[in-house]
Amino acid sequence: MSDRNLLEVRDLSVTFATEEGVFQAVDDVDLDVGPGEVLAVVGESGSGKSVTALTLMGLSRGPNASISGSASFEGVDLVSAGERELRRIRGERIAMVFQDPMGSLDPVHRIGDQIVEQIRAHRETPRGEARRHAIELLDAVGIDEAASRADAYPHQFSGGMRQRAMIAMALSLEPSLLIADEPTTALDVTVQAQIVDLLRDLNRSRGLAMLLITHDIGLVAEIADRVAVMYAGRVVEQGTLDEVFYDPQHPYTWGLLGSLTRIDRPRPERLPQIPGAPPSLVDPPQGCHFRPRCPHEFERCPRVPGLEARLPDAPGHLDRCWLDPAEKRERRPVGEGDS
Amino acid sequence: MGSGMARFVVRRLVSMALVLFAVSAIVFAIFNVIPGGDPAVRMAGKIPTETQVEAIREEWGFDEPVYVQYAKTMEKLFSGDLISYYTQLNVTDEILNGAPRTFALAIGASIVWMAFAIALGLYGAIRQGAMSDRLLNALALVGISMPVFWLGAMLSHYLGTELGLFPSGGYVEFLDSPSEWLWHLVLPWFTLAVLFIGIYSRVLRADVIETMGEDYVRAARAKGLSERRVMVRHVLRNSLIPIVTLWGLDFGAVLGGGAILTEQVFSLQGVGQYAADAIGQSDVPAVMGVVMYGAFFIVVFNALVDIAYAALDPRIRLEGRAGK
Repeated sequence: MSDRNLLEVRDLSVTFATEEGVFQAVDDVDLDVGPGEVLAVVGESGSGKSVTALTLMGLSRGPNASISGSASFEGVDLVSAGERELRRIRGERIAMVFQDPMGSLDPVHRIGDQIVEQIRAHRETPRGEARRHAIELLDAVGIDEAASRADAYPHQFSGGMRQRAMIAMALSLEPSLLIADEPTTALDVTVQAQIVDLLRDLNRSRGLAMLLITHDIGLVAEIADRVAVMYAGRVVEQGTLDEVFYDPQHPYTWGLLGSLTRIDRPRPERLPQIPGAPPSLVDPPQGCHFRPRCPHEFERCPRVPGLEARLPDAPGHLDRCWLDPAEKRERRPVGEGDS
Repeated sequence: MGSGMARFVVRRLVSMALVLFAVSAIVFAIFNVIPGGDPAVRMAGKIPTETQVEAIREEWGFDEPVYVQYAKTMEKLFSGDLISYYTQLNVTDEILNGAPRTFALAIGASIVWMAFAIALGLYGAIRQGAMSDRLLNALALVGISMPVFWLGAMLSHYLGTELGLFPSGGYVEFLDSPSEWLWHLVLPWFTLAVLFIGIYSRVLRADVIETMGEDYVRAARAKGLSERRVMVRHVLRNSLIPIVTLWGLDFGAVLGGGAILTEQVFSLQGVGQYAADAIGQSDVPAVMGVVMYGAFFIVVFNALVDIAYAALDPRIRLEGRAGK
């Protein structure tokens, strides 16, 4: 792996054996996260972004799951690592924050104890010291009266406070990577903004790298350095925030960006939407997965396009579309020309 | 939190006292007020004499107003001078004699059934769908379906009388010989526990499977906890809540003399057996005493279950409090 990247995912595929057949949840995914960088993985529900995140944590393993490819993180391959090794990494080097902060805290244990538990699972910190550290962390993520709040149970916290507590817990062992799976989706809009501020602050002040899984394009724009767009199990486009937002190469990305309301434009009668529905991952279309919904389909599309740099002046901007870049610029309804 | 819990306990104890009062009124009504002939005649047993009946009517105040009757009945029940007209023995003494035996049966059996149920329930949940899990499922069904009197009789006959591994029945005081006490109780404990192991292990298995799918269990794994710690501190801890509820109710019922068949088969001479004998002899004062005794334990354990529930699940404590 190049020493530039903290996390380097290559050819990651995850399939699940289900009663309907083999379900290809993640298909040949490549992702890179540099130290201190925020990579946003965007895509709709079922695009494989959460399964990708869980796989990196070793949490999608199971008798029905089959995982291939590699994910290098600090010299360890997360795909082939044994359970012991993974357990050392989980929570200590890579921490995870989940979508639903209510469901992610154990209802029968005090908040502080749950943080202490994580610290002591990895380090032989005396209980009192771990507790002091837990209180400091709660304070650092903006929970008032952290010392007394540490004794509260999750149901005594509001949604935003629970997510702050989850973030405090994630920070407890100073991981180098935070995986945040839809961290703001379950929260009220005003609270969402606070959590985004907190995450951005942690990224800047602590240099904490993040893999941010979301379908919230607004959140991406606020916090991400780079963006990977997922569709039906595959990464269809990856690049810097500016590259993907202002020079999108894949027709799915065009649709995704085109479905946003914009404050600087007259509000359309109806929000544009991509016709059709995502394909079944048990029996996906041959070639490009977006082909059945794509207005620009042509004879090359039944072959799977690789995730490649197709623009001579942007070697880090990758996409999976056979169209000629010049043609894309002409056809796309969004991007630099109209911004 | 401390005061929340304390308030909860107080509230629960007050409501327990009210329920006990209601139970006493119902017991009184069933035996003394509900029409069905002369209560004094029923009280006197199977072959009463006229003078006996007259004496009972006088003593229990059956010719006086209902509230006087109730007061007299309660006085008899609680002062300890309730006499069986059939055996001429003091009912309270008889119950107190039987209680330690019933307690020994209930405590031992419930430890056996909880231990087995937790082990088998966890195992079944972890091995969900595997051959061993399906086998346990079938065994649980057998355990639930097996009549207690048959199982007890078989164990007593084959392991007791035939093989001589255990005594086939009877009870030895703990203070006389702890080892004999234990030896006499092994078969009754298992006989009584089998049914509960079957039920509890299935209930726990289902709860564990459900809990294993919770987000906080996945989050606990993401914290890097050992699988063992995830299972015990997060999965089992949350899955135990319904089981503890069941346990309290069943334990209370067995303490209250509910294990009639087991006590009979092994001649433990506990409260359950006393109740069965009393019913067979239409011994009304004895039945009345046993019902009050049983109701007491069931009500008390109901309250204890609620308190245990609140201790196990912090979300319960806030219930009934206006806001936060």
